[in-house]
Amino acid sequence: MSDVQTETPGEAEAKQIPVTVLTGYLGSGKTTLLNRILTEDHGKRYAVIVNEFGEIGIDNDLIVESDEEIYEMNNGCVCCTVRGDLVRVVEGLTRRAGRFDAIVVETTGLADPAPVAQTFFMDDDVRAKTRLDAVVALVDAKHLPLRLKDSNEAEDQIAFADVVIVNKTDLVTPEELAALEATIRAINPMARIHRSERASVSLSEVLDRGAFDLKRVLDNDPHFLDQDHPDHVCGPDCDHDHHHHDHDHGHHHHHGEASPIHDAGVKSLSLRAGEMDPKKFLPWLEKTTQIDGPNILRLKGIIAFADDPDRFVVQGVHMIVEGDHQRPWRDDEKRETRLVFIGRDLDTERLQRTFEACQA
Amino acid sequence: MPTVAPLDLDSQCIAAAWLNNIPHFALADGVVHRLDNGHKWTELHDGLLAACIGQDSACLITGGEDGRVARLSSDGAMETLAEIGRKWVTSVAAGPQGAVGFAVGRSAHVRFADGKQREFQHPRSVEGIAFAPKGMRLAIARYNGATLHFPATEGKPTELEWAGPHTGITFSPDGKFLVTTMQENALHGWKLADGKHMRMAGYPAKVKSFSWSAKGKWLATSGAPAAIIWPFQAKDGPMGKAPLELGTRGDTMVTQVCCHPTEEIVAIGYTDGMILAGRFADQKEVLLRRQGKGAITAMAWDDEGRRLAFGTESGESGVIDIAG
Repeated sequence: MSDVQTETPGEAEAKQIPVTVLTGYLGSGKTTLLNRILTEDHGKRYAVIVNEFGEIGIDNDLIVESDEEIYEMNNGCVCCTVRGDLVRVVEGLTRRAGRFDAIVVETTGLADPAPVAQTFFMDDDVRAKTRLDAVVALVDAKHLPLRLKDSNEAEDQIAFADVVIVNKTDLVTPEELAALEATIRAINPMARIHRSERASVSLSEVLDRGAFDLKRVLDNDPHFLDQDHPDHVCGPDCDHDHHHHDHDHGHHHHHGEASPIHDAGVKSLSLRAGEMDPKKFLPWLEKTTQIDGPNILRLKGIIAFADDPDRFVVQGVHMIVEGDHQRPWRDDEKRETRLVFIGRDLDTERLQRTFEACQA
Repeated sequence: MPTVAPLDLDSQCIAAAWLNNIPHFALADGVVHRLDNGHKWTELHDGLLAACIGQDSACLITGGEDGRVARLSSDGAMETLAEIGRKWVTSVAAGPQGAVGFAVGRSAHVRFADGKQREFQHPRSVEGIAFAPKGMRLAIARYNGATLHFPATEGKPTELEWAGPHTGITFSPDGKFLVTTMQENALHGWKLADGKHMRMAGYPAKVKSFSWSAKGKWLATSGAPAAIIWPFQAKDGPMGKAPLELGTRGDTMVTQVCCHPTEEIVAIGYTDGMILAGRFADQKEVLLRRQGKGAITAMAWDDEGRRLAFGTESGESGVIDIAG
């Protein structure tokens, strides 16, 4: 038997190079953060893929410029898109193993984050060599309200993000900041939000997040699906050991009515129920993502299946859904199912009704 | 019994080629190794992305991460043919009369033997590039089809449309068919005389390697647990015909195919490093190389078809003498 065949899945995963996607408009502080990632003393070497060499220098040996190339796949699904340029560049980069430990993909504020993320799930070759770690969105506290008003892209970037960094907080009042964070939370209740001036967020909050890793996702993140305190925002000193607001909001929430500066094109829907029947739930999820896939930007969930000692976790981007058993339920955990959709024009009534019909 | 003379190198092999009957191995790190009375090498690029053999079989054309296109002769002499700047040269092709084609982002370039250069800009990325077997005609694979250019004239390009991203491209040796590999698991083809479409689908993986058999009667491809070999003898190519499947293995995939220069035999390289030879007529298989450390990523027969140079993802390379 060859080496390849005797390899355990764990070893194969360890060889996959982590990829961080960094999105944000010009002036959001993206280059500052990127340069910090590249130069701070963490012992890791990065390859950086940029849309175009900016005027501000990026301090790195391995920078690849690529033209944003969105390829619609020929399978009749309009949301099944990949970034052809990333397929090519990642393939080229990974042929020379040992040059770098991780990849940062920088995208402009106008780029659609969905094809970027989907490339790492839909292309088998890319997937064999790399794994998407997280989508990090930088937003400019001062200018975000305007961006949200005049374009879908700013909204999409927040909706897609696992981590949102609200930068340049020194340029707005505390009230403006609070309103802004409520808006972000309304678009995306799953993301971690950090405040910063000059992109000075701790890199541990940006790198190695495992946001798409079913073994890790939803587990280490106290904010995940945490509608019990939707207004919390991590400041620089936040260590996530804070108390939980223990008030129950009932079974589901529409976040999206939170702010006048955002007209709620993208909404989230948080669903909550008891134990599910896997024979009902899994076909439902598949059908739902088939039908509503174009409108679903992200989904994440923890599912409690009846008579199953393990937590089942799911995550998805448009029509791509992954699910797996994660770990046994702990004795101190309530066996309940929680699922969050972030999307456009979601039929919340139907989703909630059909979701609840999947209960065991 | 076939014998293997191994050459252990330390970077992925992008292409193997016989220049003046000397085996060459172009590696991803930019170094081209050769076995010419001993192991010798030349560093061509800081990162090599694409390589192909010249039509004279005496030189290797390469494109690199350094934005350069280079030519290596079998004596180890290197010449820079073009410098584009910081962008990657992702595909190269060798044309007639010493012409060289290469792809950079959304442009295809042709450099003629006299050093003159022409650029063909496209609205989308130029993925693959190939010269026609006769005449100065260049084909490029792109999103939603292929484009034919006539670099020696000012004539308008010919557009061939088929929805989806096309990545690699090749003309049949008689020039009658144009075939592309796609981002999805399929090939597409056009009969150039009338633009008739050929769909060759059903692969479980992307097709990344293809090779025309002697006289162009068959097109062998990777992308399945067997080499998939499409018949091109009929005037409409493989339409309505089932392909041959050679070297089927249950537990691994074919990553490279390379047809013998004279016989209807194909060398089949697999993910696990194994190489088999398969004969079309009776589908008999012979083991050429056992499993190794990495997938086969490059193969080339010498002119006689007696020796096969190969390279792998892990850098293990070598020459197989099929007569032993």
